[in-house]
Amino acid sequence: MTGKLTSFLRNLPASGRIGLTLVVFWLAIALAGPSLAPYSVGAFVDQDVFSGASSRFWLGSDYLGRDVLSRVLWGSRYTVFLALGAAILAVCIGTSFALLAAIRGGWTDEVISRAMDTFISIPSKIFALVLVAAFGSSLPLLLLIATLTYVPGNFRIARALAMNLVALDFVQVARARGEGPVHIALREVLPNMIHPLLADTGLRFVFVVLLLSGLSFLGLGVQPPHADLGSLVRENISGITEGALAIIVPALAIATLTVGANLLIDALKPGGKA
Amino acid sequence: MSAPEKPQSSLAKLVPLIGKRVLSSLLTLFLVSLVIFTVSGLLPGDAAQELLGQSATPEQVASLRHEMGLDRPAHVRYVDWLGGIVRGNAGMSYVANMPVGQIISNRLPNSLTLAGITAVISTVIALTIGISSAINRGGKLDSMLNITTLSLVAMPEFLIATLGVLVFSVKLLWLPSIALVTPDASWGQMLRSMALPVFSLTCVVVAQMARMTRAAVADQLDRPYVEMAKLKGVPFSRIVLFHVMPNAVGPVVNAMALSLSYLMGGAIIVETIFNFPGLASLMVNAVTSRDMPLLQSCAMIFCATYLALMLVADIVAILANPRLRA
Repeated sequence: MTGKLTSFLRNLPASGRIGLTLVVFWLAIALAGPSLAPYSVGAFVDQDVFSGASSRFWLGSDYLGRDVLSRVLWGSRYTVFLALGAAILAVCIGTSFALLAAIRGGWTDEVISRAMDTFISIPSKIFALVLVAAFGSSLPLLLLIATLTYVPGNFRIARALAMNLVALDFVQVARARGEGPVHIALREVLPNMIHPLLADTGLRFVFVVLLLSGLSFLGLGVQPPHADLGSLVRENISGITEGALAIIVPALAIATLTVGANLLIDALKPGGKA
Repeated sequence: MSAPEKPQSSLAKLVPLIGKRVLSSLLTLFLVSLVIFTVSGLLPGDAAQELLGQSATPEQVASLRHEMGLDRPAHVRYVDWLGGIVRGNAGMSYVANMPVGQIISNRLPNSLTLAGITAVISTVIALTIGISSAINRGGKLDSMLNITTLSLVAMPEFLIATLGVLVFSVKLLWLPSIALVTPDASWGQMLRSMALPVFSLTCVVVAQMARMTRAAVADQLDRPYVEMAKLKGVPFSRIVLFHVMPNAVGPVVNAMALSLSYLMGGAIIVETIFNFPGLASLMVNAVTSRDMPLLQSCAMIFCATYLALMLVADIVAILANPRLRA
């Protein structure tokens, strides 16, 4: 196991290693962050607002005199887990529909594909805005909105993969053996498309992080008292004239997370660079 | 489709193919309108109750429902709504109490100007980056540009915009951080106030566009005819400009149209940050104030633009690649 891991690391190009480090770092922060936070997330601990880095407040304080480090540690938890949840849900739902469409074929495929084509023709941010306007933006709703927004994209990729596999001999053999559709989907087709699906989950994760932090930045995403990294940028926007850390740190946090994930996925792409 | 012994002009084959593609886009747009109406018009519940607030009497709510036509069956409301949008009469804004069409026609030219300038600038930059990294494939320049564009793709728009403000209007004091577009402003003033929004949007679009351009050109460079030309001793610059580019024009234009659709997502954030009086910031305001008629019209305009871009991309692909015409 460790041997496999080291050879995997050795084969990873430098950009991939940077990406992996960043992703692991943010996952660790999201998991352990709140217990590392030096102050309570909502506590007003500094007399000053937008103060710079100091030994008491490593990353300065925000527009209300709260500790930026603590708020970023907490905020990354919302950002990472909402996005991870939405990406995994979107891939599970999209792939289930894709397997159904590929294995049943015929009009089932026709109807599902047409519906997904319709949803994919609505730009994701526009669709998310319409959903937020209609239903509001509590945390479970945001998770659902981000999921719904990215199901069609995953469906399209998963369906293309499944279609290629369904035409292969071993699936024909399984059909001839009299296996049921569930067995064919889960035992014959799915295991052969797991790698591209994992890469797609990573991509969806990046999209969801960008979508949700964009929404939060507009004030339409995560609502107070909760705050993800996008909300942290928004609430401190008045500090930009002073170049306050309170706005730069959360913005950089999002960027390093998404750029890291992107570099990692790019390095893992089969066949390396084209 | 046609019998091989009856040679047809390529135009006669092209017209039905493109016509079919246009029809399919229109059908998709129709289905999209159905989705948008269902999500924003039918599911959220009673708009009349919401407008009047908790203290309204049931009679007041009922009369407003009647006035707004909310007491009619869903399909009648949908047909009415769609008919209104097609005729350019999209109803009244709940909040501004003005016809939606009028509000939008005030804002649309601003957004189009912003998108137009961005499209021109980013096309030039993306072509330069894409082509130069494709011909240096595997080299230092290519991998550097690859990492730059890859990072830029994953960068949130608001980070780029905020950094732009920080550098150009806070530190250097070169540009205004708010884009005030007034009709009587001179060209110079307008360009100055649009510089930062254009800069932010360009960063968003260029990365995607350059990556797709690189892929399209690199694909052509792998073809046997390039090797043939090399073996004949044709200078490399000539191969790129006169052999590869004519063949890559189709895929590259296709990539341009596809990546211009990223403008829309970017515009939502960028217009809001800079207070730019465009369509995207209008839509964000409509979401905040839950102004459904305005929101629906904005959403339909964006979806129609998106579908039009996809359509252009497809038609260019058909025109550029004779094999797709079969």
